[in-house]
Amino acid sequence: MINDIGPIGAWIEPKSRLLDLGCGDGTLLRRLIDDYQVQGYGLEIDPNSINQCIQKGLNVIEQDLNKGLENFSDNSFDTVLMSQTLQALRYPHLVLDEMLRIGNRCIVTFPNFGHWQTRSFLAIRGRMPVTKQLAYQWYDTPNIHLFTYKDFEALCSERSIKILKRSFVGSQLLGLNSLCPSLFAKIAVYHLAK
Amino acid sequence: MSPDCSLSSSPDNLLGATVPQTAVINRPMDLVCGATLPSHSLVFETYGTLNKARSNAILICHALSGDHHVAGINTKGKVGWWDHYIGPGKAIDTTKFFVVCPNNIGSCFGSTGPTSNNPRTGKVYGDSFPSIQVRDWVESQKYLMDHLKIECWAAVIGGSLGGMQAMCWSLAYPDKLKHAVVIAAAMKLSAQNIAFNEIARRAIQSDIEFKEGHYLDYETSPTQGLALARMIGHLTYLSDDALHRKFGRLVHSGDLDTTEKELSEFEVASYLNYQGDKFSQRFDANSYILITKMLDHFDLSQNYNDNPAKVFVHAQCQFLVVSFSSDWRFSPLCSEQITDSLVSAGKAVSYIKIETDQGHDAFLLPNSRYQKAVSLYLSRVSNELEEISL
Repeated sequence: MINDIGPIGAWIEPKSRLLDLGCGDGTLLRRLIDDYQVQGYGLEIDPNSINQCIQKGLNVIEQDLNKGLENFSDNSFDTVLMSQTLQALRYPHLVLDEMLRIGNRCIVTFPNFGHWQTRSFLAIRGRMPVTKQLAYQWYDTPNIHLFTYKDFEALCSERSIKILKRSFVGSQLLGLNSLCPSLFAKIAVYHLAK
Repeated sequence: MSPDCSLSSSPDNLLGATVPQTAVINRPMDLVCGATLPSHSLVFETYGTLNKARSNAILICHALSGDHHVAGINTKGKVGWWDHYIGPGKAIDTTKFFVVCPNNIGSCFGSTGPTSNNPRTGKVYGDSFPSIQVRDWVESQKYLMDHLKIECWAAVIGGSLGGMQAMCWSLAYPDKLKHAVVIAAAMKLSAQNIAFNEIARRAIQSDIEFKEGHYLDYETSPTQGLALARMIGHLTYLSDDALHRKFGRLVHSGDLDTTEKELSEFEVASYLNYQGDKFSQRFDANSYILITKMLDHFDLSQNYNDNPAKVFVHAQCQFLVVSFSSDWRFSPLCSEQITDSLVSAGKAVSYIKIETDQGHDAFLLPNSRYQKAVSLYLSRVSNELEEISL
């Protein structure tokens, strides 16, 4: 999880309408409401996470992202946000399309599978990487689509999705993170438009 | 502590003995249908204590066959119909909230209805009781609110038809409630729902004792028809899975293999007959017809804006919407339509879908996730009250 909301804050208009897909326990959504007074709704499927959202006073709606988002009309939100969830969806590309239909702008964050730790885990040990960002065994992981930030950008160009801004979270050491995100970005953060 | 607590071995009845009160409303009340009730009485129960600011009151709205006895044990030893959820330390915590539950007009548990005397004629209303709508129930509850000198409900809560009242409150008196908890409800009934209600009414009307609604004049009651109506209704409140789990193909005595088949009654048949008979002893046939028609005619979007996406534009309260996975009478889709409508209107809403095989009836039954969610939501409501008073 991103505890520091990093660049996301700068991409969100105060008091705008925000839909958070897969909002988890609502930590990020709570921050965005407190800091930017957004009118926020979170979609979540895990009962315990939903309870935590209710406790935090958030608007949380039980909905399975894999079953579509047809109930939300075109351009009904200023921003549709999805943090660390894209890799767990059955059809990430279709959900991305839906996000851009519902939101004027989208923000997506995901773990970069190309990070040197995951690469070396696989290269040296010959086993699927188990890291802080991807803390599951291959057989019980919710992360069923692993991809690198380059894969994501290729998808965006294929589907004519505009990348307005991007940012990487990872090692601060010597600025390696921005020099060579392919190897050093743990988490990639994108601001997208149609 | 009340001696009545000894009636139950479980800690469920910490409220102890509950005593109903009556509010007599001597002002005429105009009904949506155009008729006027010259005066009316509302029987109600309350639990907990109204705080100094009179801000911690919760209104509980009952459904088709409910009454004012929602929690605790009454003098007849009967446990309230939602006692699992209301009481000290329960989801609707009576140590924090003052809970009010009236029996609604047109019903038959003491509030003015078809079994009451019409003050204009001095005779019992019977089938001449005017047709009522959900909005009328809300209006009459508003009289009760004024009677109790409550300015604003901390929450209005109801399941099924009760949820419809909660939604109606949010639009009829937007500034008179802070929260609405809408459980297993719908913005309107489906054709299938109306059809089930029509079968139930036909069953009652076909009973020879119905006497075209004048059975009270003949000192009789269409109990057979009413029992049949309830059996049909009750069946639709359960799911196939729950019936299978509870009864399967069990026969009343022994096993199907060892009992003579012709003589044995299936457990499910015996259960439904029992439910029908029990209901026909406690409910009035004209009330059943009146309230099922009220359900059929409920249409929130028709009454407000005629556009599902815009229905809630004028609501000011926050909402919790709850559905049950196996409810096929008011399916999760109905609750999702309510939720979507609230989101479109930019209102504060949370929605949960409880996984259960207990069908529509689940809204009355204990369920840990359901209890936890309602409890967490209402803690929020109670915290808001504390923040205001600080």
